[in-house]
Amino acid sequence: MSTTTETPQKLRTRKPLTAGVIAKNLTALVLAVVFVFPVYWMFSSSLKPQHEIMTKDPVFVFTPTFDNYTTATGVDLFWTYVQNSLFVTLGAVLLALLVALAASFAIARMKFKGRKGIVLVVMLAQMAPWEVMVIAMYMISRENDMLNSIPMLTLIYFVMVLPFTIWTLRGFIAAVPVELEEAAQIDGCTRGQAFRKVIFPLLAPGLMSTSLFGFITAWNEFAMVLMLNKDRESQTLTRWLTEFQTAFGSDWGATMAASTLFALPVLIVFLFLQRKAVGGMTAGAVKG
Amino acid sequence: MTVDSQGTASAAPQDAPGRAAGKSQTPPSPSGSNEVLQPSRGRRSLPSGLLPYLLVAPALLSMAVLLLYPLIRNVMLSFQQLNRKEFITRETVWIGFDNYTDLLSDSQFWTVVVRSIVFTAVNVALIMAIGTGVGLLLNRLGKKMRLVLSLSLMLAWAMPIIASVTVFRWLFDEQFGVVNWLMRTLGFSGYEQHNWFETGFSTLVIILILLVWGSVPFVALNMYAALTTVGTELYEAAKMDGASGWRTFWSVVFPNLKSFFMITTFLEIIWIFKAFAQVYAMNQGGPDRGSETLPVFAYIEGVGQFHYGVAAAISVLTIVMLIAVMSFYFRLILKQEEEL
Repeated sequence: MSTTTETPQKLRTRKPLTAGVIAKNLTALVLAVVFVFPVYWMFSSSLKPQHEIMTKDPVFVFTPTFDNYTTATGVDLFWTYVQNSLFVTLGAVLLALLVALAASFAIARMKFKGRKGIVLVVMLAQMAPWEVMVIAMYMISRENDMLNSIPMLTLIYFVMVLPFTIWTLRGFIAAVPVELEEAAQIDGCTRGQAFRKVIFPLLAPGLMSTSLFGFITAWNEFAMVLMLNKDRESQTLTRWLTEFQTAFGSDWGATMAASTLFALPVLIVFLFLQRKAVGGMTAGAVKG
Repeated sequence: MTVDSQGTASAAPQDAPGRAAGKSQTPPSPSGSNEVLQPSRGRRSLPSGLLPYLLVAPALLSMAVLLLYPLIRNVMLSFQQLNRKEFITRETVWIGFDNYTDLLSDSQFWTVVVRSIVFTAVNVALIMAIGTGVGLLLNRLGKKMRLVLSLSLMLAWAMPIIASVTVFRWLFDEQFGVVNWLMRTLGFSGYEQHNWFETGFSTLVIILILLVWGSVPFVALNMYAALTTVGTELYEAAKMDGASGWRTFWSVVFPNLKSFFMITTFLEIIWIFKAFAQVYAMNQGGPDRGSETLPVFAYIEGVGQFHYGVAAAISVLTIVMLIAVMSFYFRLILKQEEEL
């Protein structure tokens, strides 16, 4: 700690090391440890051999092993869960992108009656209390023989991520100067061509980050799959993880390996996205 | 990896993407412009009067079918008797407001309501206080330490809910949990095999720690991003005038970031109040239904007790409470949204 604060001082002749500076950095360090600890503990537990997990006094130095991962992935139907999760998230995100692209283009670029109303609907929909709607969703699915159905779950997740997708894409489209589009049209493009050839390529980074946020939402969803998909063949990784904990209650190493496998894609995606997650997203429900 | 001034606190959501897209305002690639120069192939476009509606239609339609309709059905279900018998025979029995009158005269319902409100209030107060503190700290740290703390916050923020619930169960495990070890190491007695999930209250405390841990990063990092928009001159002026840190916060920082505080507070209230996965996955609302909050209460009444009508009524009442909070939130958002 002290070395990290002292070195730059020698170089840049800053204020001397006062008690305030030390307290500040010490607090930050403690906070950093507190916040990262659960994540660290998940990783480290997942790599520990069984006998070093079942100890009263935790072991901090150990020889890592991948045994726990073998146990976790060796569970019946593991690959079905992976497949379901991937299908549901990718399906929902792609559908949402497609539908949102059309809608957000209209909202950002066209003047028409009811536009404000639609923006308002999107904002309201973004705050929809999905967690409290499981009962109604269950009844509707049951009436239509859509219980334990992966397509149904995909559709629900699609509508879950749709408002956010429209909302952010609208911002991205609005940021592309109209002049570019007009220039293309003067050069003989139709409106559709102008969109495909001028706006769309500029939107690529926006599409990327928006879809990754959608991916996180769908990947993490729990309430709906808990309620609607009771058949094991139709469950996703969130259910696998909770079931796992019940079934392997005392095998914490394997449970942590399962958690790690589940969390890793999201952690990677999120670190990649962090610049976009912070700031300006206050009205977006980006919640890890 | 630091979170430098990305967007402002008061910024409407389109602000951040605007900047990101602004960076990529490069002209289209040469090959692209070649194509653009090709003459139009004379495809007729639809009359522009109808086009926007056609573009918006799929989105509106899907929201109507999978969001509006379930909400309406939820209200309808709340006026039906839907216990085990009706559930199996698929009968529709209308009973008017009976589910509501039953609920409102049920002391268990009121216990859960009060519990949910207190739980939310304590949570949000802690999240906002700690989040603000950490945000202010981030603003005053050196570059390296800020990086370390931001990264740590980022990881906590990104943790998927179900994974973090699982990890917290492990941290607070009765037999080999690291928290019991920590308590023993710190010299507390009685933590040989302390069961942290013994009562509904203690379970809720663990859920509270989980929620605070998971939500503080959002507030802190956004707070920091917002603070970078308050010019340093303001702080310096306040310091010159001899204001204490506390005073500076209340008379310089807070007024400038008031809308940020308000919006974040309401968002957190909404998020915490409707939190389902954290509460349910931690201990299924137990022990003895002692850690149920409203969304979990609705779920258990339906699935566990086979009172789907009552469960629907609980949902409706929960949504009504949420709408009350959201109306404040939307008023704040709309005030900012000039170009709506």
